[in-house]
Amino acid sequence: MMKVKVHVTLRESVLDPQGTAVKNSLHAMNYQEVQDVRIGKYLELLIELSDRPVEDVVKEMCEKLLANTVIENYEFEVEEAVTQ
Amino acid sequence: MKFAVIVFPGSNCDIDMYHAIKDELKEEVEYVWHDADNLDQYDGILLPGGFSYGDYLRSGSIARFSKVMNEVVKAAEAGKPVLGVCNGFQILLESGLLPGAMLRNQGLKFICRPVELEVVNNETMFTKAYQPNERITVPVAHGEGNYFCDEQTLQQLETNGQIVFRYAGENPNGSLSDIAGITNERGNVLGMMPHPERAVDELLGSADGLKLFQSIVKHWRDSHVVTA
Repeated sequence: MMKVKVHVTLRESVLDPQGTAVKNSLHAMNYQEVQDVRIGKYLELLIELSDRPVEDVVKEMCEKLLANTVIENYEFEVEEAVTQ
Repeated sequence: MKFAVIVFPGSNCDIDMYHAIKDELKEEVEYVWHDADNLDQYDGILLPGGFSYGDYLRSGSIARFSKVMNEVVKAAEAGKPVLGVCNGFQILLESGLLPGAMLRNQGLKFICRPVELEVVNNETMFTKAYQPNERITVPVAHGEGNYFCDEQTLQQLETNGQIVFRYAGENPNGSLSDIAGITNERGNVLGMMPHPERAVDELLGSADGLKLFQSIVKHWRDSHVVTA
């Protein structure tokens, strides 16, 4: 069993109004050092190994459903799942 | 003419859409559940607004994989009119029937109020009943209506006359180029954030949306009914 950690973020060219709101709030709290905030999604998938490489399967899932590549980038890491 | 209103789990403008067609437009209409596998008997397909699948992940992203969407794609390819309003527009974008994607409203707020639109292209099957550059009032109600696409796509939309509605005056959500509604290249798939089905009677504050549905029916009659 593999654990896959997927991060989905808005592309750099896309304005992130949520992130901007959080940045403004941090500034209001006097954290003036914050230059930018981008908000994304974090997904954890538990995947049973099959005859296809897990990277290929995850890439396919990201392109089809988990990210909208018109506005979002994705990256993921695969690690051995700790079995109980 | 017979319309299908596709109902997804979480659709909440399906009844408005049904009412607009049946009681105001006075055409045939049926609700069709999201797992339907045949839309052959319908002449026009309507994807209503709402929060299909709770908007989980992204608006429209899960509905796009509903069984009925294969049939909606077939209907679109067959040249039937397909109209997606609000969440329906988001589903059309996610399914690739229309180009681009939807972002959160620039002001972050959910907006729900009448807005003024300009009919940019009145030569589509959805807008023939409007005058060129006619200003109409139609309500919006959305949190993610900030339309986005890359520069090349925007250029294509402009060149092909695919931008059908623009916000006139104030842009409520920050959408690119004030876009409120676009069609596919062929012109038979329209996605729009404002709700024409909520503007079909003066009692509702505006009847400007009715002409959109009348345009569809007129187009259909012109191409299907042979008068002796």
